[in-house]
Parts: sequence; structure tokens; C-alpha cells
Amino acid sequence: MITAAALAHDLRAGRLRPTEVAEAALARIAASDPKLHAFLHVRGADDLMAEAAALEKRPRDTWGPLAGVPVALKDNMCAVGQPCTCGSKILEGYRPPYDATVVERLRAADALIVGKTNLDEFAMGSSTENSAYGPTRNPWDPERVPGGSSGGSAAAVASGMVPLALGSDTGGSVRQPAALSGVVGYKPTYGRVSRYGLVAFASSLDQIGPFARTVEDAALLLGVIAGPDARDATCMAEPFRVDAAELAAGVKGLRVGVPDNLLREGLDPEVAAAFHAAVDTLGGLGAARASLELMDPAYAVSAYYIVAPAEASSNLARYDAVRYGLRLPSDDLKGMYLATRRAGFGAEVRRRIMIGTYALSAGYYDAYYLKALKARTLIRRDFERAFGKADVVAVPTSPTPAFRIGEKVSDPLSMYLADVFTLSVNLAGLPGISVPCGFTAAGLPVGLQLIGRFGEDARLLRIAHAFQAATDFHLREPAGSAS
Amino acid sequence: MSGPRGHVRGADGRTWETVVGLEVHAQLLTRTKAFCGCRNLYGAPPNTLVCPVCSGQPGVLPVLNRAAVELASRVALAVGARVRERSVFARKNYFYPDNPKNYQISQYDLPFCEGGGVPIEADGARLDIGLTRIHLEEDAGKLIHPEGGTDPRASWVDFNRAGVPLIEIVSEPEMRSGEEAYAYLAQLKQLLEYLEVCDCNMEEGSLRCDVNVSVRPAGATELGAKFEIKNLNSFRNVQKSIDCYVRLATGDGADTGGASDLSRHLDRGSHTLAYDPAEDRLTVMRSKEEAHDYRYFPEPDLPPLVVTAADLDRARAELPELPWARRERFASAFDLRPYDAQVLTATRALADYFEAVVAGGAEGRAASNWIQTEVLGALAREKKEFADFRVPAAGLAELLGLVKDGTLSGKMAKDVFAEMVSTGRTAGSVVSEQGLQQVTDAGALDTAVRQALAQNADAVASYLQGTEKSFTFLVGMVMKETRGRANPALVNAALKRALEALKSQT
Repeated sequence: MITAAALAHDLRAGRLRPTEVAEAALARIAASDPKLHAFLHVRGADDLMAEAAALEKRPRDTWGPLAGVPVALKDNMCAVGQPCTCGSKILEGYRPPYDATVVERLRAADALIVGKTNLDEFAMGSSTENSAYGPTRNPWDPERVPGGSSGGSAAAVASGMVPLALGSDTGGSVRQPAALSGVVGYKPTYGRVSRYGLVAFASSLDQIGPFARTVEDAALLLGVIAGPDARDATCMAEPFRVDAAELAAGVKGLRVGVPDNLLREGLDPEVAAAFHAAVDTLGGLGAARASLELMDPAYAVSAYYIVAPAEASSNLARYDAVRYGLRLPSDDLKGMYLATRRAGFGAEVRRRIMIGTYALSAGYYDAYYLKALKARTLIRRDFERAFGKADVVAVPTSPTPAFRIGEKVSDPLSMYLADVFTLSVNLAGLPGISVPCGFTAAGLPVGLQLIGRFGEDARLLRIAHAFQAATDFHLREPAGSAS
Repeated sequence: MSGPRGHVRGADGRTWETVVGLEVHAQLLTRTKAFCGCRNLYGAPPNTLVCPVCSGQPGVLPVLNRAAVELASRVALAVGARVRERSVFARKNYFYPDNPKNYQISQYDLPFCEGGGVPIEADGARLDIGLTRIHLEEDAGKLIHPEGGTDPRASWVDFNRAGVPLIEIVSEPEMRSGEEAYAYLAQLKQLLEYLEVCDCNMEEGSLRCDVNVSVRPAGATELGAKFEIKNLNSFRNVQKSIDCYVRLATGDGADTGGASDLSRHLDRGSHTLAYDPAEDRLTVMRSKEEAHDYRYFPEPDLPPLVVTAADLDRARAELPELPWARRERFASAFDLRPYDAQVLTATRALADYFEAVVAGGAEGRAASNWIQTEVLGALAREKKEFADFRVPAAGLAELLGLVKDGTLSGKMAKDVFAEMVSTGRTAGSVVSEQGLQQVTDAGALDTAVRQALAQNADAVASYLQGTEKSFTFLVGMVMKETRGRANPALVNAALKRALEALKSQT
């Protein structure tokens, strides 16, 4: 397995050429993607090779930190020259006229953006089965889901097609697929990475985050995309840096909090076993274990499934057949709106738009939306209390390993519960990471989620890196993986 | 209208009171739009002042233009409103093709400022019309429904206007007539122009007004059923629409349906009316049956709007003397009638000009008269604006000085002024070049008188026989001798002296 860091190093040192790397990536994608369907769009070979060749011509000391490294983007981020379907029919054929800030920064770093990956439609889902373009398969078991909503990006990295990918996380959509697909997935503190150019699902919850094989790679990618952006008023003003020394500082003297009250039931026993072993590993590295009592995650689920759909109902109103995307003509304006949105949006998206519209409607706003915002404050405070006793909170990322395609799709509520350990983190705006921490007997990956204080992204990466340095779960690869 | 404000005698003999509130939307004169960097300009070719943000592309985000806050702050300070230290942007959700995100970024329960008032004068009385609130929001695009064309059912959307910053100024329901509404709008427009916040052009849509009107039995404290009148395109039509409503609602009008007609609509829940100025008629607006549920919620993409004391101090420093204060000062400082003070303070440019003319040495009343008659009168006749007027204040002051010291007669001054306007030369240079100084020299006048008398012996004879009219004729002859430049008063005196002398000789 070659990491992005090693690849960047070899390219920079002249041991590899960008055109070789690009060609290899295209070959791996051609070999693996027909089966996995991680990509919705791969850039044309001529186009990619020309870009790699142009990079090769430039003196290497002008190269950016990700020069020549292949990166995939979840198909809800705008990049000029590529489609942006958001996994939906309503944006079929749409070509963004501008680059997202993260894309601008990747280009400035000379990364090679190879294509757009599959997702649950408009990032609404936990399995990538809600994509209007078909599901993505888990590289560890193609009958199973890779997780969602950023399943395409997770699978692309897990299968070795690309070393780096970006996803977006609103309720767990980077961390959960990372866990189910056996890779590292990082959700930054809210506001750490600009959302300009990320197609909005829930504005107060969305964050773009990296997928990689290692924490070090994730930190490298985060360093390129994070930082202040004048085009996003919710973006933090402080610049972000984490260097190698800081990353390797270890966990001695840090406290790992475990919410024992949440882990007594409902957990798959194999997940529980891997999780507890991981906590022990951290203890072995010098971290102290603190027992925490956290709020029942049911509250987070309820609050999330009001706040997120409410914001989504407003964010998705712009898909109205007027300026771009699908248009089904009709006799009148209302007819055009209804026909287009009915045909263009899938069932889960329509469900959430309706829930959200209801929660904001006159007479219900106070009882639902306002109440959910208040619950959100309490969830935030619950974490603040917990961080008085611990420097990082550890939970399993997902209560179960990857489930079968089709298993939960007809039961939305059971699908919603897949995010039970991740939702509260978005509600509180905290940084969270999933790192591989074990496998089930059937060989399915299990993820450890670490949650940090608001703004403490560097420390969180350091703790995750320490865990990874002491384990080798992240080195295992799925059978038939094209690395 | 005599009697208590807004009291109207209905067709049924009862006395009714009219209650009016106005919602005014004013486009702010910022360089760029409210939430993106596109230029804020009127009249550009369609969809040339757009970007991903104001056209509502997927993935875009708004960023507040602080200049809009500066301008809104000026208005708030001028009307004496309480500016909130923290106000919140909210999404107003509704679907329409001119609304690119299908929500408008506005403010809802925590608006920019509250309270304050606008002083007006109506029907001889001075009133202070209270304001409920002012808030910031973005404008929508423009829908164009072309008549004819290849597809009469096609409409077009121009997003140049989408995202232009607006303030919405909501008055308390404290107006009591169409006349008061007109006065309020006129004063508000003047204020916004003074503050350089809005160009107040109703034809171009930079100023828009919706009316909220109701009637109630005189003496009642509860408000009657409120009707909204929208899409008014002039202050006069605002006034007329209110008068029309009052006639309808009090059953006093040619429309035999009268109050019962409106109450039928009330039952159906339609409270929105359109006014037809050509027919002077109100009709129920055909549009939506139910009221919109805008599902307001705080805008998650924007932090709360913070305005500090320092921000307000800065805005306060930018405030000019307010129009009503300047009017009063002109009346007292320059000894002007209220009407004259009002005319001269109509715009800051004109008021500044007047003050500069006075500072240049002219006397207040003289300057006032001259400006109103010669300057504004001429401009009006030629259908020009004061902005087109080129004579510098110091130049006019010089001219008025020449009248005051007798160098020029009033009539001469007008001719000189005309030269100044058309050639751009100073009064002094016109006068000396054309030798237009008024003749006041006694010797020159006596010579002219002698010449005139010598050449008009018949008139002299007729005057000496008692025909007073001949005196006037002889005055004219003397003026002719001096090519019109003699001081009329001195001519009179000299002629009289000469004729008396002749009389005594006979």
C-alpha cells in the first residue's frame, strides 16, 4: 500500500513521474470500478495525462504539497470541467461554472483530481443506496454497502484506486463509511474547512473531510484544504496547521473518555470487542481512561432529524427547473415545479424535504425546530462537561459492521440509527475521526471514533496517529485490491 | 378635511377613522450587492451582473456587504431608531422564478432597528409618524412577461437585480389619510436622498411602497380589518388608492357595492388589493388564495449582524444636517418664509448652493428670490435639473452684489445672468465687457434727459399741459438714450427736476 505522503515524496524526489502515477491510477480505476461503482465520473484519459504532463514540465521546486497525487471528490463539490450530480437526477448534466474553495486549494497544491465519486442523493443516507445512479459496493464484500453518504470516496480509497478522497459529513457521512470500508475518515471542527462550493444539505452541520489510508495522509490533505475563506461567513478565521512533530507527539498524559452508559446494549458484539481492545491500546500508549456518562443518543437522533431536514428543505428549494438541472415542462409554473421535483428527487430526499418543511411550518416551528435547537445546545453542553474529564471521547463509529445492500433501505428509521454515534458530533460542531480498529470474523472492518474538543483538530489527529502507529489494521487490504 | 384627523363621514351617517401604515422598500446605493461582489447597477443588459452566488447555483454561500449596514445605520440614526447590537438574518422561504434560491435572505424577529419616527406636515399640522422597524434584506430578480413574441406564454428572468440590498421601512399605523401618506413618503424620500442612501426612483423600482389600510368607527381602539394595497408606482397613486379605499369602506362612493362588497372578500380571506389609477378603482388581487407560510428560520450561513457603538459613531459622523433641521435653520437664520425654506432645502445640493451664495456676500432673501425665480424657474421651463446648473455660487453672489450696490438694475441683472448661464463667464466680466454698468452719474443722466426732452418736444408740451402719461413716455425715452442702463429711480428724479425747471420757465 502506498500512502499519499510517500507518493508525494517519491514524485518530488523524481523517483516517480506524474504521468506514470496518473496512468496507474486510471488503470486501477478501470480494473476495480466496474465492480465497485465508486465513481460517477472519471476524467478523460487524454485530459488527465495532459495535466500530468504539464506538471512534469514544471520545475519540481515549484510543485505544491500534493503535486501529482490522485484525489477523488465526492460528487457534491463543484469543480469546473466535471459534472456535479449530487447523486441525483435533478442535477443530471449540470456542470458547475465555478470551483469550490477546496477544489481551488487542491489545484493550487497541484493535486490530480481524477473524478467524482458516488454518494447518497444530496448526501442524505448512510449506505450510498440512495444514489440515483446505483449503489457503490464495499471493497471488502461487494454484497455489502460501503456506508454513506460518502460511500464512493470511501470505496475509492479502500480499494486503492486513489490514495486520497474528499467527502462531506453532516451526520456521519465521512466517518461511518470510513469505518465500514476500513479507512481513515476525518470530520473537521465546524468551520475549519470552507463550505463554499459544497452543495449544501444542512448548512449548520455540513463539513468537508478527507478519506485516506493513514492519519498522516488525512492530516496532509486537511492541511491543504483547511483555513479561512472570505467566501464562507461560517468559516473560522484562524489558519490551520499541523506539522509532523505535532502529529507524532503521542498520547502520554492525555485522558480518553469512554461513555460506558451508552455501550451496554445495542452494539454488535464484534464491534464492541474491537472497540474495547482499541481503548486498551490507547491505555497502553500512556493515555488514561476516564469513564463518562453521555446523554442518550436518541436525543441527538431526534434533534438531528429535525434540524437537518429543516435546513435541507430550504437548501434544496433552488432545484426548481428554472436556471439549471432537470426541467419537466408543464402547463404552468406550479406544474413545472411539481413535475420536475417529483421526478428529479428520490424517495429519501422527498421524505426529508417534507419532514423539514413540516418542522418549519407555522404552528409547528416552536414545537419542532426551536425545540430541536434547544436540544442541540444541551448536547453541546453535555460534551463540554465530558471534556472536563477527558481530552478525547472514544466510541465505536458505527454500531454494526457493513450491512447488506438492500437490508435497511426499506426501513428509513433503522437506517437513521446507523448514525447514532456520529450525529451528536455534528450537532456540537466537534471534530471527529474514524480509524480502523479491527475486523469481524467475516473480515469486515470496524472503526474507532475519536471525538475532540471544538477547534482541537491538531490534537485529535495526534491521538489518532498514535493509535495507528501502534496498530496495523489500516495496513490490511481487501482481496483483489488494486494497490 | 376639517375635524379630527382621518375622520370621514360614511354613507350611513356614521363617522369613521382611517388608519394607514406604509411598508417602503428602498434599494441601497452600495457599489456591490448585499451578499456577493456583483455590481449594484440599474439598466445593464439582462443577466450581465450575476455570479454563482446571486444566481443561486448549488454550493454557493452569502457574505454580508458591510456597506449595506453602514447605509442602514445612517437611516436608523436619522430617524432616531434603536439599533440592535445583534440582529439576525432569516430565510423567508417561497418559490418564485425571480427568487434564485427560492428563499430570500431577510430579517424576521430580530431586525436591524426598531422605533424612531419621521416628522411630517399635513393639512397644516405637524405630526411625527412612528416607525415600527427597519430591516435589511436582498432584492429579487425581475420577471419579464413579453407581450406577443413567438411564445406568449414564455416569461424571462433577469437576475441583475437579485441580491441588491434593500431596507424595508415599516411605519406604525399612525397615518390617518392619503394626504398624510403622501407627505410621509415625500419626507422619507427626501431623507433617503439627503443621506445618499437611496436614489428613490419609483419608476426604476429603487423605491417601492405597499399600503396597509383599515377603517374603524371613530373612537374605537381596536383596528378594523386590514387591507393591503400593492404594486403602487407613485406617491400620488398611494394617496389616491387610500382615498379610494376609504370611500369604498365607508360606503361613500359611486361603487354601489361599497362596504358590503369588501366584507364579502374579507370572508373569503383575500386582503390584498390592486389599485387602477386610470379608473380610480380597487380590485381584489387575483393571485394567491392562501397567505404564504414563509417558514422563517435563522439564516445558518450568516453569523448574527453585530453593530457596535463604534460602528454607530462612524455612521453618525457621516450624517448630514437632516432635511427638517435644515429647513428650520434656514427659516430662522436667513429670515425666510417656511415655504422658501422648504424650496431651498429640497435637496442638499440646492441647500448647499444657497448657503454658499449667502456666504459669498449675498443677502438671504435676495438670494432666495433669485434662486427660486431665475434659477429654478428657468430650469423648470427648460425641463432641466439643478445638477445641470453651472453658475458657481460665488458667481451668483457677485451678481447679486452688483445689484445691491446699484451697479446693475434688477432687469439688467437678469440679462447679465442669462449671459453668465450661456457663456459661463462671471458677472464682472460680462458687465465690463458690455459696458452694462447702470448709469448713475448725475451729469450723464442730465445729458440724457436733455437729449430726450429735446427730441420729444410734443411729449414735453403734452406733459406741461397736464397729461401725466407723457411722463412715462419721457422716462422711456431717457432710458432709450442710455440704452436701458440708467437707474430708473434716478431717471425719474432727474426728469422730474428738468420738467419742473421747464414748468417754472413758462
